[in-house]
Amino acid sequence: MPEGPVLRTVDLCKSFGAVRAADAITVEIGAGELVGIVGANGSGKTTFLNIVTGYLKPDRGRILFLGSDCTGLQPRTMTKRGIARSFQIPQLYTNLSVLESLLLSLAAEAGQGTAFWRPMYRRQWIETGLDMLGRFGLKAYAHRPVSELPEGGRKLLDIALSFALKPRLLLMDEPTSGVSIEDKFQVMDTLMKVVAETRLTTVFVEHDMDVVQRYSRRVIAFDNGRVVADGEPGRVLTDPDVRKAVLGRA
Amino acid sequence: MDAKRLPLAPVVGGALLAAVPFVLPDWMKFLVTLAMAKFAAVLAVALFLRANQVSFGHAMFYAVGAYTVGFGAKWFGLRDFVLLVPLGALLGAGVAALVGLVMARYREVFFAMLNLAFSMMLYGVLLKLYWVTGGTDGLSAGTPTFLGYAPSREYLRDALYYATLGVTGIVVYAVFRFLASPLGFYLKAIADNEIRIEYSGESVRHVMYVTYVLSGALAGVGGVLAAFTVGHIVPEYSFWIQSGDFVFVALLGGYGSVVGPLVGSIAFEFIRTYASKYFPNEWQMVLGIIMLAIILFRPGGLWTIYEGIAARFGRREHEVERA
Repeated sequence: MPEGPVLRTVDLCKSFGAVRAADAITVEIGAGELVGIVGANGSGKTTFLNIVTGYLKPDRGRILFLGSDCTGLQPRTMTKRGIARSFQIPQLYTNLSVLESLLLSLAAEAGQGTAFWRPMYRRQWIETGLDMLGRFGLKAYAHRPVSELPEGGRKLLDIALSFALKPRLLLMDEPTSGVSIEDKFQVMDTLMKVVAETRLTTVFVEHDMDVVQRYSRRVIAFDNGRVVADGEPGRVLTDPDVRKAVLGRA
Repeated sequence: MDAKRLPLAPVVGGALLAAVPFVLPDWMKFLVTLAMAKFAAVLAVALFLRANQVSFGHAMFYAVGAYTVGFGAKWFGLRDFVLLVPLGALLGAGVAALVGLVMARYREVFFAMLNLAFSMMLYGVLLKLYWVTGGTDGLSAGTPTFLGYAPSREYLRDALYYATLGVTGIVVYAVFRFLASPLGFYLKAIADNEIRIEYSGESVRHVMYVTYVLSGALAGVGGVLAAFTVGHIVPEYSFWIQSGDFVFVALLGGYGSVVGPLVGSIAFEFIRTYASKYFPNEWQMVLGIIMLAIILFRPGGLWTIYEGIAARFGRREHEVERA
């Protein structure tokens, strides 16, 4: 395994017309880190995730993943290299069952995603899939259609699909958005337990300051496409400039 | 599909089909043979319907299969069923491998209409190159042999029927395996979420392409079987109305299962035959009314009638066991 950061972005820039969604973003994410990204709407958090995962091509700058330059690669290539992500609006297979969805990720992880003769329902994958659904608290829904999942369950499944790919870096875009206040800490507890068990390097974008305060070990604050603060949650989240940028008040 | 219950259906269905030559008159035997032949092409279209993609051009590969038989007989004296079925599949897959390079990039209306465009180009070629293709006069399929064995005229129809049934069984098994594979599930997932597929590290275009090649092979097989059944091959095999028929039949039978298109194909041949007998000037209207009824009352196709009954019996058995 190469030494150094898992992810390093250098001077990433992206503009949409006159709007600078990413403005010289340079960050390093070390192995095993648990990083929260905060920022107001339109501050460039999701754009950063979209650039890192290949959904958007940067106008300028470089993305180094495990030491190799991945700038401009397609999402599926980035995924194969070890970067997985979840979405603010869960991206699921609503016509498949929960287990089938997960089996597809397990097949992809095993390099068997395009196998067209051997069955997808294989004992080993089923056992692994059910075990993983258990860890995400979704085992009871295993054979139910994805469309029947509650919102919190959809969020968890979206992340489980990425987690099943055994990534080296997991990026989560607002894992608690759309989840009720009562459920969001339960969702995060479940996620963080899985992350802690695997020591997976994780970055999550989040609006909720309480969630970031409670679950991240490091916080990066974005404003107008720029990194305005980076450090321990206690320091960053109490910074008046950050609070003003994120919450609109100091 | 319920894996514990449904295997009974293919067994019973296979037994019923095996009994056809003993219980049905020759003209009905012909209809069922033709239905099984077209079923392979309908299944090709049904694969894409699972991904919410409709093709109005798969008659192109059906024609490739049929003309494989015609050219085989005309130029090489080939008439052997066992040789020409895989050859038709290979050529259908080969043409699909070329056309698929374009098709795998498109979805929805573009996918539908580009398929139609390619099939109509082939239709034009088949029509105009009459010194090669026979033009509107077409080509003769010749009398088939089976591994060199030539059945007497008396048994030819039955031999062809059982050979077609055997190929149908292989097609059902192969497509069932395909749909149960990861790629088969990814195909279904295209209807839901292409973004998630790409973020799983898989290529949607690859899934489309492989399926397209398979569908070309299936329709090619259908063309070979139909050519032997009818005995004559004409450019209309590639015409867009033929492609439309395949889509119609897939919806009629239901594309959610492998067997649904077979049910639809058999039903279609009989409905069309009886409709044109009793309503010679309005038979298309009869088909339209039936399609309307299917979409309104059984959007999953005729096969869902069986599934509904099977589910009801399954529940009853379960209740009896619990009692």
